[in-house]
Amino acid sequence: MENEIKIIAFCCNWCSYAAADLAGISRLQYPCSVRIIRVMCSGMVHPDMVIHALNQGADGVMLLGCLLGECHYQDGNYKALARAEVIEEVLDDLGYEEERFTIAWLSSAEQDKLVEAINQMHQSLLDLKSETP
Amino acid sequence: MPEGKKIGAVMVVGGGIAGMQAALDLADAGFFVYLIEKSGAIGGAMPQFDKTYPTNDCSMCIIAPKLVECGRHRNIKIITLAEVEQIQGTEGDFTAHVKESPRYIDQERCIACGQCSNICPVSTEDDFNCSLGPRKAIFIKYPQAVPLKYEIDSGVCLHLKNDKECGICRDICPAEAIIFHDTPKHHEIHVGAIILAPGFQAFNPQKRSIWGFGKFPNVLSSMQLERILAPTGPTGGVLARPSDNSSPKSIAFLQCVGSRDKNHCNNEYCSSVCCMSAIKEAIMIKELLPEVEITIFYTDMRTHGKDFDRYFNRSQKEYNIQYTRAKIHSLEPGDRKGSLRLHYANEQGRQVEKFFDMVILSVGLETPDSAIILAERMGIHITPDRFASISAFMPVSTSKKGIFTCGAFNGPRDIPQAVIGGSAAAACAEELLSAARFQQTAEISYPEERHHQEGQPRIGVYVCHCGTNIAGVIDVDNVATYARTLPGVIHVEQNLFSCAQDTQDFITQQIREKNLDSIVVAACSPRTHEPLFRQTLKAAGINEFLIEMANIRNQDAWVHKNTPGMATEKAKDLIRMAVAKVTLQKPLHPIKVPVIARALIIGGGVSGMTSALNLAGQGFKVELIEKSSLLGGNALHLYQTWSGEHVPLYLKELQEKVFEQENITVHLKTTVTGSTGHAGHFKTVIKSGSGRKKTIEHGATIIASGGKRYIPKEFSYGKIPNVVASIEFDKLHMHNEVRIANGESFVFIQCVGSRNTQRPYCSKSCCTHSIQSAIKLKKEVPSRRIYILYREIRTYGQRERIYNQARELGIIFINYELHGEPTIAEGEKGALVQVYDHVLHRPLEIEADLVILASATLSNPDSKDLANIFKLPLNSDGFFQEAHVKLRPVEFNTDGIFVTGLAHYPKPVEESISQSLAAAAKASALLSKKTIELDPITAIVDLEHCDGCALCIEACPYAAITLVETATSDGEEHKIVEIDPALCKGCGICQGICPKRGVNITGFDYDQLLAQIEAALQPAQGHSQATPAPPEQSHGK
Repeated sequence: MENEIKIIAFCCNWCSYAAADLAGISRLQYPCSVRIIRVMCSGMVHPDMVIHALNQGADGVMLLGCLLGECHYQDGNYKALARAEVIEEVLDDLGYEEERFTIAWLSSAEQDKLVEAINQMHQSLLDLKSETP
Repeated sequence: MPEGKKIGAVMVVGGGIAGMQAALDLADAGFFVYLIEKSGAIGGAMPQFDKTYPTNDCSMCIIAPKLVECGRHRNIKIITLAEVEQIQGTEGDFTAHVKESPRYIDQERCIACGQCSNICPVSTEDDFNCSLGPRKAIFIKYPQAVPLKYEIDSGVCLHLKNDKECGICRDICPAEAIIFHDTPKHHEIHVGAIILAPGFQAFNPQKRSIWGFGKFPNVLSSMQLERILAPTGPTGGVLARPSDNSSPKSIAFLQCVGSRDKNHCNNEYCSSVCCMSAIKEAIMIKELLPEVEITIFYTDMRTHGKDFDRYFNRSQKEYNIQYTRAKIHSLEPGDRKGSLRLHYANEQGRQVEKFFDMVILSVGLETPDSAIILAERMGIHITPDRFASISAFMPVSTSKKGIFTCGAFNGPRDIPQAVIGGSAAAACAEELLSAARFQQTAEISYPEERHHQEGQPRIGVYVCHCGTNIAGVIDVDNVATYARTLPGVIHVEQNLFSCAQDTQDFITQQIREKNLDSIVVAACSPRTHEPLFRQTLKAAGINEFLIEMANIRNQDAWVHKNTPGMATEKAKDLIRMAVAKVTLQKPLHPIKVPVIARALIIGGGVSGMTSALNLAGQGFKVELIEKSSLLGGNALHLYQTWSGEHVPLYLKELQEKVFEQENITVHLKTTVTGSTGHAGHFKTVIKSGSGRKKTIEHGATIIASGGKRYIPKEFSYGKIPNVVASIEFDKLHMHNEVRIANGESFVFIQCVGSRNTQRPYCSKSCCTHSIQSAIKLKKEVPSRRIYILYREIRTYGQRERIYNQARELGIIFINYELHGEPTIAEGEKGALVQVYDHVLHRPLEIEADLVILASATLSNPDSKDLANIFKLPLNSDGFFQEAHVKLRPVEFNTDGIFVTGLAHYPKPVEESISQSLAAAAKASALLSKKTIELDPITAIVDLEHCDGCALCIEACPYAAITLVETATSDGEEHKIVEIDPALCKGCGICQGICPKRGVNITGFDYDQLLAQIEAALQPAQGHSQATPAPPEQSHGK
């Protein structure tokens, strides 16, 4: 069931959140599982937030920022990228599957890419769910 | 110019989008505005449209904030039902006599409750709905109208026709607002300048019987279709055949009805917007009824604007919309009941008949008689096509000094062009009246901010229906009921359109009455609408940052339309998250910093020079940066404008003016290497040719970095010497080079490098350019054989005249779209061109003395560097991406930086000049302010948690953090970080890295994000805590 999955998606104000707005304007359709939290920059998201979300019962967490090299704050997404590696290690230590955390970079005009990322995340979490009853 | 008296007020005639934009820009830049509107409410045509192209944005949703802004601006006085009767005086000092017709409603008293309209027994055709539905004799033009005041139609009101009859509205009106004895009012208005924006009317297809309009019920005009598709329209957004209410299976669009047509009407010009409108309407129909077959019958598809060709391509690939190039010469009843038979010659020259369930007439734009009368009263010139006569070099100036013009009155145009024109006209009026700035305006003030008590939230939740955009998918009643159960929520309201002016007033009133301390608006995106609600909070006397939006439209209703149940649950989650966040929100107070009244303009072409001269004329200092060693840019290669005006002469004048203007400093052979700061105070480093660097401090930035021409790789360019690009041809032509002087046969090839897979956009000016060159060649030697090989001829607007002229002169146009590109080989004369002739239906060989390639306009490769330096977005073609394609065409989401000219998109000179004036208007609104408020979303150090580890210092991209020594109260020394609020941009990278939670971004602090996560993951059902006060819920308008 789709609604049994909940994904927390951190979207930056300048690119991915704008792309999510544009996805709506373009009437693209994607699964109802995702809950977007607007942040100013993907670099704003503390690793503890990701871990906390999963501990609180989120099935997955997405971190969506501007295209690498095109961050509104110079290199915030590169910092997010570096931090993501740490997050992945910690999640592994805590026993979370790697599918539960993804990152994607897209511009404010790439609503298709956003929807594709959400679809993929949703599907891999569904698969995960069916594997581990 | 004699230095006479200057009045710091402007009269804008026409309250459509162009007039509104002019009014807002002027009022924001220190001038008082009288906005004169003919009808009972401002807004013009935009409120009638359903969606806007090429983004399918909801038209009402994007115009509503502007309506509200105009309606509540202290320095704009709107006079409705008004017309200008007479003008006296000269530029700087006009007296206008304005007649305001009786409304029969006291605007001060009317509360727009609608009881009068409910009880009114008279029903008449509603013009706003294009006669598709009824309205009462007492009515409002549309539900979001500004001003939202009823009016009485004296033509149909029973009581006004005979005072013995009816009059029941007066009896029922609770506000005693109805004045049957109302009389016309006369206003004498003193202004320094006048801006005309009277707009257009849609062509009435009933004028000729051939289209069957008014005769066959299933033939509708495109304006009627817009109303039908609108969720708030007469059918509630349901498309059915008027004859039998059945769902249509096939629909035909007929283009150029009332445009490009000298036979059936006198409108020779192209209306410029109908091709895109038809594509948009077809896509919207396909969204509603995916099975319906749609064919668009067209002459040329004119999709010449930014991202228009992509939209056109998408309509074919994704929506399977069919396009047939054919002029329909008859429209008759079909075999089945209500269907229509179209008869035409197809592209193979065969006679074809086809049947359709419905036919939509894409009606053109024309100037209403009232605008012509206005022009006569003003004493300004009109073109043969009945538009305002303007020079390409002064695209918003009429033939009379001090009177400016914008919008569709300057020639048919789309919304962004009208918005640009409005701003451009404002810029010209500002330059004229700069000495009188702030003389007529009142300072904008807000009530004192109420003290915010933490810990006992009193939150109001407003659930927007957005017409049916949200309510059509999400069960809004259910959501509203749920919102009442959330902790801290003491009031919940539902609104049809939360952004409408009456809702703003209503929210203001409720905040006061119910003592709300923060609000949640569950509607659309905070990126577009939060500024509007912030103003409302300010007006209500609470801190403007105590609002959170739950994006239940763009990120819920619109993207989950097939799962309404789950979308409703998601909406509850989103509201719960917003409530959790706003509960922890603290009041924020922006710091004010002085504005440096200097602009930096990058690019010394026509665009940059135009902006520079306007701003300098307004009294601001300008630093004009040009990479090359001379001013002029791409215009140095241009010979004439579409209307035949001489570019080199104009350019020379422009250069001289720039060098003479004391306020402008020109930096040649100079580039920009870096920039920091913010709107009001940028610090930009420039580097001269000798390598010397210098830092310039400025308040506004205009990017006018231009474009670049495409060097063709096709058609043996560079291999066969007699194949040249159009710009080279102009030079050869100017000097009457021997190949041209003796040439007998010329072939122009269009779309070289444009509209292909690599660059799926139209370069906009090449059709016009080639036709002009062709006409000149033909006029010089009439025996010359001249061919233009094209895909679509895009002589939009009044340029159509030169296309017709070319055909009359015997220039041969051959369409190569269907049968592939022409091929070129070396020939006896110069080149041998082979192409399939679409009229003769056979291959054709042309011996050409010269082949001229209309090559594309490309983005400037330097744009990438500039985009990086100023953190601005580029689109996939490398042009700068403006903040909003319709309503913010020269702005970015980053404040204080503006774009104009080819850096934005390929365009002809007059459009570059308009846009540059518009950019100047935006810059002047900023530069004329003494101080600017900085975004208060910045990092704050938590003194208790910060242990001075300094991890954040290295992470900060703005070097805003420093380590300082401090001492605790008991004298113990320790280290802590300190943040410079003027340098901090609020990215929060420090918050993301801090191991101790010692630094937080206001409005996005750690606890707020945590609260959102927890709220998102809470199960919606069964969560119902006791609230501090018993909540009440009511239904708003």
